[in-house]
Amino acid sequence: MRGDVVIRAQSLGKRYLISHDVQREGYTTLRESIARKLKRLARSGANDRRATMSRGQEVEEFWALKEINLEINRGEVVGIIGRNGAGKSTLLKILSRITEPSEGRVEITGRVASLLEVGTGFHPELTGRENIYVNGAILGMTRAEVRRKFDEIVAFADVERFLDTPVKRYSSGMHVRLAFSVAAHMEPEILIVDEVLAVGDAEFQKKCMGKLRGVAKTEGRSILFVSHNMVAIKQLCRRGVWLQNGKIQDTGLIDEVVESYAASVHDNLKTGDFSRSAVTGDGQVELVSYSVSNPNNKNYLPLATKDDMLFRVNLRIREEIRQSACGISIFNEFGVLMTSINTVELGTPLPPLPAGNATVCVRIRKTAFLPGLYTASFWVMNPQGHIYAMAENSIAFELAQTALYGTSQVDHRWGCVYSEVEFSVAPTTT
Amino acid sequence: MGHLMIPVTRKDQPSRTTERVLILEPGRAERHYWRDLWTYRELFAILAWRDLAVRYKQTAIGVAWAVIRPILSMLIFTVLFSRVARLPSVGHAPYAVMVLAGMLPWFLFSTILNDASISLVTNSNLISKVYFPRLIVPSATILVAVADFAITFALLLLIMAWYRFFSDWRLIFLPCFLLLAILASLGPALYITALNVKYRDFRYIVPFILQFGLYVSPVGFSSTVVPAKWRLLYSLNPVVGVIDGFRWCLLRGESEFYLPGFFLSLCAVVVWLWLGTSYFRKTERTFADLL
Repeated sequence: MRGDVVIRAQSLGKRYLISHDVQREGYTTLRESIARKLKRLARSGANDRRATMSRGQEVEEFWALKEINLEINRGEVVGIIGRNGAGKSTLLKILSRITEPSEGRVEITGRVASLLEVGTGFHPELTGRENIYVNGAILGMTRAEVRRKFDEIVAFADVERFLDTPVKRYSSGMHVRLAFSVAAHMEPEILIVDEVLAVGDAEFQKKCMGKLRGVAKTEGRSILFVSHNMVAIKQLCRRGVWLQNGKIQDTGLIDEVVESYAASVHDNLKTGDFSRSAVTGDGQVELVSYSVSNPNNKNYLPLATKDDMLFRVNLRIREEIRQSACGISIFNEFGVLMTSINTVELGTPLPPLPAGNATVCVRIRKTAFLPGLYTASFWVMNPQGHIYAMAENSIAFELAQTALYGTSQVDHRWGCVYSEVEFSVAPTTT
Repeated sequence: MGHLMIPVTRKDQPSRTTERVLILEPGRAERHYWRDLWTYRELFAILAWRDLAVRYKQTAIGVAWAVIRPILSMLIFTVLFSRVARLPSVGHAPYAVMVLAGMLPWFLFSTILNDASISLVTNSNLISKVYFPRLIVPSATILVAVADFAITFALLLLIMAWYRFFSDWRLIFLPCFLLLAILASLGPALYITALNVKYRDFRYIVPFILQFGLYVSPVGFSSTVVPAKWRLLYSLNPVVGVIDGFRWCLLRGESEFYLPGFFLSLCAVVVWLWLGTSYFRKTERTFADLL
């Protein structure tokens, strides 16, 4: 059914050149460019071969996307998942014509529109009403289209009373609602949604998801949806595409793709060492390794729900730190934040950390998380919020299946947390 | 939430027969570029209107600035060139009027050059998120420049009234010269805009170009003070033809029209326009990667 394919990508690739002698990315300065040309000129006079060699060292090729073959049908909602830097955004940028492919070819039937990041194109000085028209035009709507949809947009965003207020006075929630609302009322054949639903309150997020579902179902438009929120992806999409290092690793039914993606993320993390690339901070504190265990476990049983959990993070401290704070956030395999605790809010400041090695222990008693794969982020900072070291989603652990609720097959369909529940019935007298 | 899912009536949807298939390939020159530009004309209008609204909304100084700048420059140039350097005006026109008549297109030129050159960088969040013909962004700065032009023009009328020196039928050609001034500005502006994306330090050069241009163009003096044998060469500066044209139509022919020079300036305008557009078009595809 050739007629029903709206996007057909054939061996698509995007190459970026990374130059090593320039620290910044993208643009250069005229001064540098002239200096480089002069240098090259001087060199080529002396030795032609050396000039070309050093040129090769300066610039390195990097394929953000390679050999992408993809077909998307009319009315299909496709979730694109993958780690940061896997090429998701590059793919969307090519499909929305922002950047050009370096090889391959894409055929697109119909209008493509991307749901923008919050307030892209909003001007703080202009009123909500004015910004609706500006944003609409940026997204490719005609004025007549915006006028026809105006009331719907305003009603959905719920900003009627603030239409003539400059958006700089809007709360961030209103900002998001208005931005989403304008984009959601476009009528493109293909809508691209890149991680925009991470903001806004839960209720509005739900409303957005509902709207997107409606767009796909009743209006027959295709949606490409990128998110790290696996729950949202699974709710919205039927098909999934997993990108890894610029290539399609897996594609198929969304549940299967998400599952294999989650498993792979976990495998990569289980090492117990922090991968250097995942750690940010000023280098005052180095995160060396970690372990997650059950401190009461004498029988070498795997860690499970209802156990105590002990996180041990080994640090190397460069110079003595008098005041510091640390915290941990735990996510389930779908990226849902399960808990987030830190010493500031607990009111238990860390003692001064002398230079050298140290181990921070975090103990969670009787964990209520259901069996499954989990990741955690860990950070050390000073009380003012300056980050010494932060490892995002770098700690991985698993809670094994044990008998809970009288079964050993408890998974996400049972929710996120275990509760001690009792049901009882008592006759009521009327 | 049920009311959100009202099925859209069929007529809202573009019919499938009109859908064109868009092909993206490396290095493929966009065949429909100029048609796209036309489709996005509303974006042009909206961006231009947005710049204008912001400019005059943000500050009362916005308007005041448009008045003060030409007045001060006019005073300085009049004193400097007329009193100190003792340069002649054209015919019987008061020197101040002549200066202001030249300043009208010059300020248009410098505002467009200045605003356009930074426009892509200030709108980088749009460039990296949405597709549209990028030519729209620098071009949209024209409207603000024209609004400033209108204010300066009103000022000129006031000063003419003060000197009891009025224009005549030649005034009807003003729109043509305004258009010419815009075209003359657009060529170099597009070139510089594209350079400014690639070489971010280019913006430091723009004020210098403008300052330099102010003195090599006949803004503070009449182009008749240029020796006759250099006059043709001098007209290679596209601004020269534009300014001469403005003086011709505003100073009721006190400044005679130097036709060979004017045609040369016209050619320079066309060449610049071609250079600017083609360089812009050539580099446009990589803007999103550079910003």
